[in-house]
Amino acid sequence: MSSLLNIVKQGLGFGDAYAAVNGGVHPPEHKQESTHQPIGQLPLPKRLVLPLRQHVGTLPKVLVAVGDRVLKGQLLAEAEGNISSAIHAPTSGVIAAIEDALIPHPSGLPDRCLVIDADGKDEWIAHAPLEWRNQDKAQLLEGLRKSGIVGLGGAAFPTQVKLRTSAKSQVKTLVINAAECEPFITCDDMLMRERAALILKGVEIAQYLLGAKECLIGIEDNKPEAAEAMRLACAASHLSKEVILKVVVVPTQYPSGDARQLIRLLTGIEVPADKRSTDVGLQCFNVATLLALHRYFDFGEPALSRIVTITGNVKNPANYDVLFGTPVSDLIQTAGGALAGTNDYIMGGPMMGFSLPSVEVPITKAANCIIVSSPNLFAPAPPAMPCIRCARCADVCPVSLQPQELYWFSKSSNLEKAREYKLFDCIECGCCTYACPSNIPLVQYYRFAKSEIIAQDRAKEAADLARERNEFRLMRIEREKQERAEKHAQKAAGAKVEAAKTSANETTDDPAMAAKKAAIAAAIERAKAQKTSLTPQNVSDPAPLVQAEIAEIDARREAAKQVVNEQASSQDEK
Amino acid sequence: MSRSPYLSSAPSVSVIMLKVMLALVPAIVAYVWVFGAGILVMLALASITALCAEALMLKLRNRPIKPFLMDGSALLTAWLLALSLPPLAPWWLVVVGTLFAIVIAKQLYGGLGYNPFNPAMVGYAVLLISFPVIMTHWPAPIELAQAKLSFANQLQYIFGVTSGMSLDAVSMATPLDYLKTQLTLHHTVQEIVSATQFGLLGAKGTELIVGAYLLGGLYLLQQRLITWHLPIAFLVVLALMAGVFFMVDPTHFANPLFHLFTGASMLGAFFIITDPVSGPTTPKGKLVFAAGIAILTYLIRVYGGYPDGVAFSVLLMNMCVPLIDAWTQPRVFGHQK
Repeated sequence: MSSLLNIVKQGLGFGDAYAAVNGGVHPPEHKQESTHQPIGQLPLPKRLVLPLRQHVGTLPKVLVAVGDRVLKGQLLAEAEGNISSAIHAPTSGVIAAIEDALIPHPSGLPDRCLVIDADGKDEWIAHAPLEWRNQDKAQLLEGLRKSGIVGLGGAAFPTQVKLRTSAKSQVKTLVINAAECEPFITCDDMLMRERAALILKGVEIAQYLLGAKECLIGIEDNKPEAAEAMRLACAASHLSKEVILKVVVVPTQYPSGDARQLIRLLTGIEVPADKRSTDVGLQCFNVATLLALHRYFDFGEPALSRIVTITGNVKNPANYDVLFGTPVSDLIQTAGGALAGTNDYIMGGPMMGFSLPSVEVPITKAANCIIVSSPNLFAPAPPAMPCIRCARCADVCPVSLQPQELYWFSKSSNLEKAREYKLFDCIECGCCTYACPSNIPLVQYYRFAKSEIIAQDRAKEAADLARERNEFRLMRIEREKQERAEKHAQKAAGAKVEAAKTSANETTDDPAMAAKKAAIAAAIERAKAQKTSLTPQNVSDPAPLVQAEIAEIDARREAAKQVVNEQASSQDEK
Repeated sequence: MSRSPYLSSAPSVSVIMLKVMLALVPAIVAYVWVFGAGILVMLALASITALCAEALMLKLRNRPIKPFLMDGSALLTAWLLALSLPPLAPWWLVVVGTLFAIVIAKQLYGGLGYNPFNPAMVGYAVLLISFPVIMTHWPAPIELAQAKLSFANQLQYIFGVTSGMSLDAVSMATPLDYLKTQLTLHHTVQEIVSATQFGLLGAKGTELIVGAYLLGGLYLLQQRLITWHLPIAFLVVLALMAGVFFMVDPTHFANPLFHLFTGASMLGAFFIITDPVSGPTTPKGKLVFAAGIAILTYLIRVYGGYPDGVAFSVLLMNMCVPLIDAWTQPRVFGHQK
């Protein structure tokens, strides 16, 4: 392993040895609260709302109509385009509506959803295990498009895409992400404690599909029970006889669960910023995602539910197996209801999560945790003070950015400079804001600046395209004019009567032809524009994320803009 | 609306400033021990002036007064300036210096977080250039003084109501000053340091204060209010500079320990050059910045026109901060340098 490490290091020109992960913070963990009870099952909800956009990528194509009766596990919408994910019916019932509804998203904006009225029978569609051992990998991966499985660690990137792209390159090491570094969240912890053997079955599948020689399971040292369960499962798995399979316990430090950070922790390899982990022989999957793979192949069950942590200011913090589409309010109710003082509901962890617009929004594939919040739990941020350049933010930045400089550039809309200082390497983990003595919402500024830059790039590209199109049009008009002139000259040389007739025809035909040509050219240009639109890479996810998330980013930009404006105005008021 | 992260761990700006002031307390106690209680009056004068000037400027600039007065930065500036001045300086000297530091060096540049120069050092430099005689007349430590001054006497000095006594009667050249003048009279360092004002390492009496600054500095390090880069780089480079010169010619250059324990070396290392606002932010940049100050300080002490050079060195290096920061950006994760 160390030899591989050295080869990669030398190959990339990194001579020096790396120290431990830079930066990072140690927020209070609050993991105990929700690990007292075993994973529970939520009662079947009456109505499920399934947003079409539960994953990173293009919207899937809806295959059902309002009024259709659907069975549990039935494909409702199929993956469309390269990066997309399918959606299945989590239970049997009737499609009540296909409409815009509130979804759990930072923007708080409604989006297209499938609404199912459950019939309570929970009747399965015919399904059977898929034989995968020694089968053709390409075919298996193609079939995976119908699984609806996305990364359950929170990024919700379609798993089939990740497996497909990594199958193309040589993946030597499969990194299994069980760090769960965000405070409060315990869904992966409980999953490992209770279902380690099943996770290992998923590891077997992923290992087979990737052809990995090594499987490393990274777990933070605040989850000793989970690590022990995984160790036992590893020892029991026959995979351990074929490849290197081991649990690596890493120190508890946020954000060691970020894929690139964890890869470096486990292997010492620093994935270059402009490459994917697969380019250096690595691929990373979350434990819950692997379990979903197991269910898909060994039972034929698509992605229908996930484990969700419900914690915070709630009576019985715990973990539940929740069907996608279940209202958050059902989950809160099952957990004994919100306690007095509740003022907010957060989806995700306290470092990267967001406040829900309503408790009626559904649990989606990315929803790993719901925190019922109160001012006692998370004190409202005091008013921001000026930056005193103490560089605490730089000390804790896991990617070694200079947040204080980025803040300055973002605030003054010096976007070129922000890009130069590697704004797009920011993973928005929130460590900088967490450590800021002046309480500056730094991450908000970066989100704003990122979306501004993306918008500018798009505008510039559109302008370039329009200019090109116009130049092409002028060229074409000029060319047609010349052609006509030539034709006229030829005709004039020919028989007079014939010439008069044909030229009359030409003049009536030509404008129609030209219009047609122009329409075709414009359509081609449009298609090209769509294809090439965007994009600088975003966050820890690869470039396609951005490409597919334009709408979302627009919304976020608006939101961020608002925050920044609020900040600015509140600062001005003082 | 995403407001994450919802958690925060940082001490507020006020707490940071208060802790730095707490770290100064041992030095103030030592000051009282060595020079008498007059310094407390100086500190009070500087504090009141700073708070009034800050409030007035905030009012004129239409900024909220309370949060910025409470942040403690003006008080800290006032204390650092007062501790840099001769302890029996006239009251107006403190007031003028503090006013300059707060009004011009800090508020006119945009207040907290926006001043490119260390305000306390701007105040000090202005006073040193404008009133060089007063600024270089330090009273002798009590144990060495011919005339023992009571607290009442000290007050008389500060408020200028003394009739007969001139400052010369109680003042004494500081070791750095004495060394400089005696060297021009062709004495060797060995002869010079046998004078009464020289102690074990630096100046008799003020060694105690220097030790207290060191103690306070260690507290700042322990509390993670400053990183090791600035003080260590400053002290090491200063010692190295002095060491090289000392090795070449011990009769004309004082030893490294003398340089570390006299003048504003310790105060500067832990409390002056560590001002975050006017300093660099990158770890490498901090090393460059501190090393630059150390080299300049040594050169000014040995070859310059003033006995000590910390203030000028800090201001000169403050000018270089944007450049230093730009040139010392750390390697970003996943990027080659």
